[in-house]
Amino acid sequence: MSNVPENFRYRESHEWIDPQTGAVGISDHAQHELTDVVFVELPKVGTKVVTGQQIAVVESVKAASDIYAPVSGEIIAINEALTNDPALLNTDPHVAGWIFKMKLTEPSELEALMDAAAYRAHIA
Amino acid sequence: MVPFAGWEMPVQYTGIVDEHKAVRGSVGVFDISHMGQFLLEGRGAEAFLNRALTNNVSKLAPGQGQYSLLLNANGGVIDDLIVYRLSDREFFLVVNASKIDEDRAQLESLGFGDDVQFADISAQTGGIAVQGPKSRELFAEVFGPSAIFPEHNTVFFSITPTGVLYLCGTGYTGEEGFEFFAPSSEITDWFTKLNAAARNQGGMPCALGARDTLRLEMGYPLNGNDLAQDKTPLQAGLGFFVDFEKGDFVGREALVAQKASGLPSKLTGFHMTSQSPPPRAHYAVWIDGLQVGEVCSGGLSPTLSQGIGMAYLPVAASKPGTPIEIEIRGKRYAAETVKKPFYRKQPVIS
Repeated sequence: MSNVPENFRYRESHEWIDPQTGAVGISDHAQHELTDVVFVELPKVGTKVVTGQQIAVVESVKAASDIYAPVSGEIIAINEALTNDPALLNTDPHVAGWIFKMKLTEPSELEALMDAAAYRAHIA
Repeated sequence: MVPFAGWEMPVQYTGIVDEHKAVRGSVGVFDISHMGQFLLEGRGAEAFLNRALTNNVSKLAPGQGQYSLLLNANGGVIDDLIVYRLSDREFFLVVNASKIDEDRAQLESLGFGDDVQFADISAQTGGIAVQGPKSRELFAEVFGPSAIFPEHNTVFFSITPTGVLYLCGTGYTGEEGFEFFAPSSEITDWFTKLNAAARNQGGMPCALGARDTLRLEMGYPLNGNDLAQDKTPLQAGLGFFVDFEKGDFVGREALVAQKASGLPSKLTGFHMTSQSPPPRAHYAVWIDGLQVGEVCSGGLSPTLSQGIGMAYLPVAASKPGTPIEIEIRGKRYAAETVKKPFYRKQPVIS
């Protein structure tokens, strides 16, 4: 059973965003499906993105998976720790395994994302 | 689950790395029911196979097997397969799932004649591979201590109430192990039984993902990735399995001509020398600012924790130690060519 934090919002492609901090990562369900994350290609700080734009890549032994911006905004921080320890996405996907932080330009876009209950149903 | 040659197959049961390490460290059990099996029998079977395939089946005594290739007239690879000699005039072939129809069509096109009977038993036959250093222990547990473990490249068959069971000393991982083929109705029970025994040895069921990383570490080619109808076995580094002395066979003339004129490219192993994403199939390979080929197979080696792969490269560049670059999403990362296999088993100190 996947861990789905209540306070996050979720995209269909399994990214989570913390509305409080603007942190973005991949869900516990996604890391479990991917298993063994071996490389994370991080975006550049300062990049401006729109909803659904491909912005990072997570590589597992199995495959390369694109990560999409769940909402529009600017990349204000990236998790450098993932460069040396990409497996943080597996061991702690919701906290230490955050990928980047965004400053939202259209906070109302959060409403279009799934809440925890809807995401739980999505992955069921 | 992913579609694979008409089957729905798992990429992983628990995780590719865990499954991979189980095979290197203890034992793994693979469902290989998708693979194809042909039977050829008759007075003319030996001569027919020597004409259809690159290796020499006359070298096989009953109970022995060999790796061989089925070529087109241009010397390109239709399929790679294992031929086992069951008796003087009976042969059992194990072919790739995705090539069953093409293989059968190629063999039919050569004309079996009156003295060769051919049967495609793929649909009625399932298979399981058991691979890893604990294979012998698992074998003894399942088949009893007096059962004889099949040595490398041997086959043993037995008539059971539901059909024939073929026990083969082969595999696709570089580890000791065996494969067996049995009526498909029996396979679920066998799979359950073997997995229970594997667990007792610290092993687990393994799926397609680990099968791919294990064979890649050994530099074993995968048909469709590393073998193709426009590449010859000489280019693929499989000349050892081509017998030019046995007489004519399909593709022989083209291979002789290619030998004389020189190989246009050679399947070459490489590993990444920079921190990079894992190399994957179809990524471009560059040397000195020129694109010289593309990756056929690639990935992160779970044993070596390093990106490894194979690509057809110009012969001059195939020399181990040649610096190359792999283009990954528009960026080029440093790599160098290396000798295969990528992984060599450490001798066990006893």
